[in-house]
Amino acid sequence: MADIALQGVTKKFGANIALRDLDLDIKDGEFFVLLGQTGAGKTTTLRVIAGLEKPNSGKVILDGQDATNWNAAERDVALVLQQYSLYPRLTVRGNLEFPLKSRTHNLTAAEIKDRVDRVAETLQITRLLDRKVERLSGGEMQRVSIGRAIVRKPRVFLMDEPLSALDATLRDVLRVELKKLHSELGATFVFVTHDQVEAMSMGDKIGVLNKGRLVQVGTPSEIYAKPINTFVARSVGTPPMNLLDGTLRAGTAVLDAGGFTLPVTRIHGADGARIRFGIRPENMVLDGNGPASGRVFDVENHGVIKILTLDVNGTHLHATVSAQTKVQIDEVVPFGWRSEKVLSFDPTNGRNLDLD
Amino acid sequence: MAAVRTSGERTTNRLAIVLVLIITMIFLAPIYWIASTAFKPRNLATTIPPTVIFTPEISPFVKLFTKRSQLRAAPTPEEYEAAPWWERLVFDGGEKVVRSGRGEVQLSGYPSRFMNSLIVAITSTVLAVGMGTFTAYGFSRFKVKGEQDLLFFILSTRMLPPVVVAIPMFLMYRAVGLNDTHLGLIILYTAFNLSFAVWLMKGFIDEIPKEYEEAALVDGYTRMQAFFKIVIPEAATGIAATAVFCFITAWNEYAFALIMTNRRAQTAPPFIPSQVGSGLPDWTVIASGTLLFLLPVAIFTFLLRNHLLRGMSFGAIRK
Repeated sequence: MADIALQGVTKKFGANIALRDLDLDIKDGEFFVLLGQTGAGKTTTLRVIAGLEKPNSGKVILDGQDATNWNAAERDVALVLQQYSLYPRLTVRGNLEFPLKSRTHNLTAAEIKDRVDRVAETLQITRLLDRKVERLSGGEMQRVSIGRAIVRKPRVFLMDEPLSALDATLRDVLRVELKKLHSELGATFVFVTHDQVEAMSMGDKIGVLNKGRLVQVGTPSEIYAKPINTFVARSVGTPPMNLLDGTLRAGTAVLDAGGFTLPVTRIHGADGARIRFGIRPENMVLDGNGPASGRVFDVENHGVIKILTLDVNGTHLHATVSAQTKVQIDEVVPFGWRSEKVLSFDPTNGRNLDLD
Repeated sequence: MAAVRTSGERTTNRLAIVLVLIITMIFLAPIYWIASTAFKPRNLATTIPPTVIFTPEISPFVKLFTKRSQLRAAPTPEEYEAAPWWERLVFDGGEKVVRSGRGEVQLSGYPSRFMNSLIVAITSTVLAVGMGTFTAYGFSRFKVKGEQDLLFFILSTRMLPPVVVAIPMFLMYRAVGLNDTHLGLIILYTAFNLSFAVWLMKGFIDEIPKEYEEAALVDGYTRMQAFFKIVIPEAATGIAATAVFCFITAWNEYAFALIMTNRRAQTAPPFIPSQVGSGLPDWTVIASGTLLFLLPVAIFTFLLRNHLLRGMSFGAIRK
């Protein structure tokens, strides 16, 4: 069990800078999710922690000790990958035993068998133990590879999109199991994903990465309610936050699209200041007397809710409304927003003005 | 699901089988020719039209393995009794071959040449494949400065016809005393096969996801242990294929063997034609020598057939 710290880590691959001066603190026992798009540096961060990549500069601290120059074996971390995570040609038992048979462990055959059996039981894969891994389904493979990680009782679990290759139902099941496993083991988990739903539902803390920089770290609710900039604002939430450019005029927002005037609760800047307003779809209101109006472009029915796409003079806005709302495509509907939920961003650099 | 076959499909199937049989026969015809000649009496070897039906003899093999001279009288019964079994075998065969019965019969040069071939081909194959696998792994997994240039350089050693360098090589070998030694031929064949082994093995190792080794590294193994425990078993198919090719090349090599060796380390390829000798060549002896010479490659390939046929079942989780 361990806490992890990255201090000023920079990693370059040739001319390409994967991580820029990254600082990260992960506390012991935390379920930390690294969220980012492809190429944001999530996997590189994980590989730097695992010791599979050496940073060009900066330090990796494990449990207060400088581990920058330790190799992967010395760091005692476990890795679960999206695919290719099991050793081919071995049985499930062979895979689970493999990490225990390395010289660092020094276990007797009986101890190994005991540990493997217990892990297999925890993950309900006992009946698969003698099967070759080539003959497992995707979900079974990931279960085994999680098993191979926990059998060693490592300091840290590193998971690189372990659920991304699975189908939706299985993903949900394993997501719950992983959370449960985390609370049972009480170990530090670092979980990489590009899926914001996964990040929001699993993480104690989320670190949002963009182009090799850590943009924001916080609890899921902090990330959701107080995004540091428009990038973070748009990386969590489905559909993503609406961003509308406008001008402040006499304590109200005058939108560029359609010239509608909407109320603003928190005023940042003088009269005439340019602001990028952020409003989440669920904070849009369609109550029939909103100050603005838009044409219904698309309606997606999600059962309990409907997601509307409104076309406001060429700008598309999303609104989440209850499924009972009766709207038709091409109908012009009036709308408003909950002014206390509106975020204001600096249109030049995207910073959240509420946090300044 | 029951397969429903129309009569048309069945006819196509049969046609395909017939076609395959014909092609196989065309390919096997030279082998048949060698095999049948190896068992023919000498006078039937060159008849026109060829003799197809004959009583097989082992005399070509006896002649292949024996050396006869007319310097001494035939063995006396005492000498015959005292001789070890293999010499007796030679005497027994020789009785039939050398009708006068006055010849001295010794083991010919063929067995030792055959042994030389085995030593040189096996050792050079092991070396080339072993070094090639390590080199290929390095190129495949690590950032090597000037990787493309180095790989091209390795390949370029194959662009020159080997015979071009035969004379300079011979002079160099004579200077350092490597001519007519096993070591000399082994070095030559290893060097010659190495470029091929590196390129072939790099292709195979590139196919193995590096995630497997990384998993092993994280699981507490060293790079070397991961290489032997993960990469080698995964690359077995490739290693087998590379080994077969290297072995065949080394086994069949003629030009260097002819120039670099003459007696002690001479391999079978230059030896067999040297038996044509003066006067009328005995094609039955040549054929029997060739037939035996074909066997090791056939056996080697047969032993590795599972690896060669299994194909690439790489990846526990498919992309």
